[in-house]
Amino acid sequence: MSTKIGDRVKRSEDKRFITGAGKYTDDIRQENQAYAAFVRSPYAHANVKGIDASAAEAMDGVIAVLNGAQLTGDGIGNIICGWAVSSKDGSPMNMGAWSALATEKVRYVGDAVAVVIAETDALARLGAEAVEVDYEELPTVVKADKALAEGAPQIHENAPGNQIFDWEIGDQAATDAALATAAHITEVDITNNRLSPNPMEPRAAIATYDAAEEHYTLYTTSQNPHVARLVLSAFYNVAPEHKLRVIAPDVGGGFGAKIYIYPEEITCLWASMKTNRSVKWTSDRSEAFMTDAHGRDHITNARMGFDADGKIVGFKVDTIANVGAYMSLFSSAVPTYLYGTLMSGQYDMPAIHCNVRTAYTNTVPVDAYRGAGRPEATYLIETMMERAAREMAMDPAELRRRNFIQSFPHQTPVILAYDAGDFPKILQMAQESADVAGFATRKAEAASRGMLRGLGYSTFIEACGLAPSAAAGSLGAGVGLWESAEVRMNPVGTIEVLTGSHSHGQGHETTFAQIVADRFDIPIENVKIVHGDTDKVQFGMGTYGSRSAPVGMSAVVKAMDKVEAKIKKIVAHVLEADEADLVIEGGAVSVAGTDKQMLWHEIGLAAYMAHNLPEGMEPGLKETAFFDPVNFSFPSGAFICEVEVDPETGTTEIVQFTSADDFGTIINPMIVEGQVHGGVAQGIGQALLEQVIYDDDGQLLTGSYMDYTMPRADDLPFFTIDHHATPSPNNPLGVKGCGEAGAIGAPPAVINAITDAIGAEGLAMPATPMNVWRAIQAAKSSIAAE
Amino acid sequence: MEMTGEYRIAAKRDVVWAALNDEDVLRQCIPGCESLTKTSDTTMEALVVQKIGPVKAKFAGAVELVNIVAPESYTIQGEGKGGIAGFAKGASDIKLAEDGEETILTFHASAMIGGKLARLGNRLIDSTAKKLANKFFDNFHDYLSNQE
Repeated sequence: MSTKIGDRVKRSEDKRFITGAGKYTDDIRQENQAYAAFVRSPYAHANVKGIDASAAEAMDGVIAVLNGAQLTGDGIGNIICGWAVSSKDGSPMNMGAWSALATEKVRYVGDAVAVVIAETDALARLGAEAVEVDYEELPTVVKADKALAEGAPQIHENAPGNQIFDWEIGDQAATDAALATAAHITEVDITNNRLSPNPMEPRAAIATYDAAEEHYTLYTTSQNPHVARLVLSAFYNVAPEHKLRVIAPDVGGGFGAKIYIYPEEITCLWASMKTNRSVKWTSDRSEAFMTDAHGRDHITNARMGFDADGKIVGFKVDTIANVGAYMSLFSSAVPTYLYGTLMSGQYDMPAIHCNVRTAYTNTVPVDAYRGAGRPEATYLIETMMERAAREMAMDPAELRRRNFIQSFPHQTPVILAYDAGDFPKILQMAQESADVAGFATRKAEAASRGMLRGLGYSTFIEACGLAPSAAAGSLGAGVGLWESAEVRMNPVGTIEVLTGSHSHGQGHETTFAQIVADRFDIPIENVKIVHGDTDKVQFGMGTYGSRSAPVGMSAVVKAMDKVEAKIKKIVAHVLEADEADLVIEGGAVSVAGTDKQMLWHEIGLAAYMAHNLPEGMEPGLKETAFFDPVNFSFPSGAFICEVEVDPETGTTEIVQFTSADDFGTIINPMIVEGQVHGGVAQGIGQALLEQVIYDDDGQLLTGSYMDYTMPRADDLPFFTIDHHATPSPNNPLGVKGCGEAGAIGAPPAVINAITDAIGAEGLAMPATPMNVWRAIQAAKSSIAAE
Repeated sequence: MEMTGEYRIAAKRDVVWAALNDEDVLRQCIPGCESLTKTSDTTMEALVVQKIGPVKAKFAGAVELVNIVAPESYTIQGEGKGGIAGFAKGASDIKLAEDGEETILTFHASAMIGGKLARLGNRLIDSTAKKLANKFFDNFHDYLSNQE
């Protein structure tokens, strides 16, 4: 079976995953290991007046009880935010301090104040229960708009009025002027619901300190172990990088929540040094709900103006984003540079202004979650388009078509310059797959059964492949966003690829191997992908923002270019041929038109034996490359969702879901479809089921699967997935990234379908049966009132 | 969470009032109460075991009587800490009205829970709180009825 680019190669990693042979952080056992349990605040906002650990310390099996004063006393630094976003008046963001263990104040339910290290997990938990903390309760605020209101409880001293920054993008004057000329203005007030990421594997860490070497080893559930090591070294002062090894072994899902370096990992490292024991912590599901960074949580008012022909003249957006109690690693970038820059969608908009205020609240930090900013932008734009079409009595597909960007490159008014796409084509593909022409018949048939059938669109674009380092740096990013790769050919002709990308469900061990097997025409079994260990891979920026293919694979391609160049020099030398006549195929490098060739292992041996190399050539065959893209990549898609709503119960069934995506070149269609399936399922989860709820006292009410609803197989239809590729011109493979599209595009398609079915606007996510039923009743009473 | 209720008790108001201020009576009537000790005329310390949904915890708490208008009304308020299970706090305004030889007791209570109790037991807290309040007043009613 062919294993080249474009082939449906089965995932080589699945053998170990589905036979229970995966090696996850919690599977790691170190000699002499102890366990950590955290003492967490049950209050959302309180002063810590004192910690009495005496009862816990006296318990059998408790090794130590450590607190925040000791941690900061040992010089462990505060947790950082990786992206500095300034207010529109130029002032820097108002960032409050975040210590891994709270010292004077706790700011959300779950904030850790102490850690108990004990001989077993159960003893550590018992010990944590015995620690008495004297809290002085303070007033709380959990909603972002209320946090910014006058008189709200002050959460961080240096963020007056709880505002972190007041940021804008685009041209306010031009947008106001454009809206003043509009023939029609559609206005929406929408909330993007708060979500818990729920990777199947909860976070975990096991830290080991080697006192003789003054060296630390950390196994942890990270999407980017090198960034973890960098931050732990440079900012948290755990140890310099050459004294700290970070390994992210098999990781069971991330969705963004495993990008960040959390208090627990820092504390385990420090505690391993304090106790001279390996210290292990594995989050339980309750802790995950409480402490994993949440996603979304926006409140937005927006107005879009159209001329008499339905062409967009201006788009004005005012958003308040909840960042929680502390600023997590990308918390400032998600509601700004990953949100405001996407406001043009697939449409040619002459004027855009987007204002974003961010607020501290007494909730767990909010950060990137599958899509990160782009789902928020897409939900806003696409529900706006659908509503505007209804208000102007236009077909929603026709309104979109009239406004599609038609030529590329296209400079939007909000920084991004789109490189490639064919929006009318993918919309047409989706419409044909979804049989939009037959919808009226299906609707009538549903009506005969008493059901309301609706159809909703979402045509969206995303910026993936984070991103040009210099551009990101000019916008405040604290890191470069390139990727590195090393391609090693062994003397026996097998190939190892070391990549800074990290696989935690995406199937890199298969797709990265495919591009090598394709390039060198060798069996895919002869290629090994190595990732996730800072002692093996030189450096890497990790996996998030659908960047592994456009950035990570591109670095592999560049390294392969160098390896190929050296191979050709060796073969040309040995066979006394011209490099230009050499062809790579069938596991050999041959001289075209002759029977002269070197088999792959013969080339490897030649390079390492070094008995007959071109003059001046170094022995060996391994090359490193770094790839820094010149632009984002811009995957786009058209989703069509069809629902049936039971007007008596408000229950929604998704009866058909169709996607047509442009991901550029596709390496492995099976894996891409898997990514789309998962993303759409998460998007449907957001649209229909999921919502984190804090009560007014900051208590987390959705703290288990009894109260937080995840999508299940029976909530989902079979998906119809189509592709149309316009290759990205900005990377050698023409790939764009596919990991987030489903989660970005699906929510508005679902909501638009439901509002189409029930004939009511303003339906909030999640569209639970109760919310839908209420919207139906509200629409009925407003009709009755007229 | 807010609750209100009304009970008719077959005892004179002075008797009911005295019972409402008697630590022994309160200890016997509060569901799950293991101990209750007066620390002053208006403050008490209590140890109460409760199970709310999947969470069972022993709450150590302070109880205080305020707004005392003898023998007509007071507010009983308290906060219990259940360790890792979280905490519960609440207050109840209790009013006694004379009706011949009998007394009509009305209450208006509010309660709040936090920590693991809120995360796991929130859906059950309303019904549990109502059950506990009813249990207390049933016990109280039975106690006074048995005195005669």
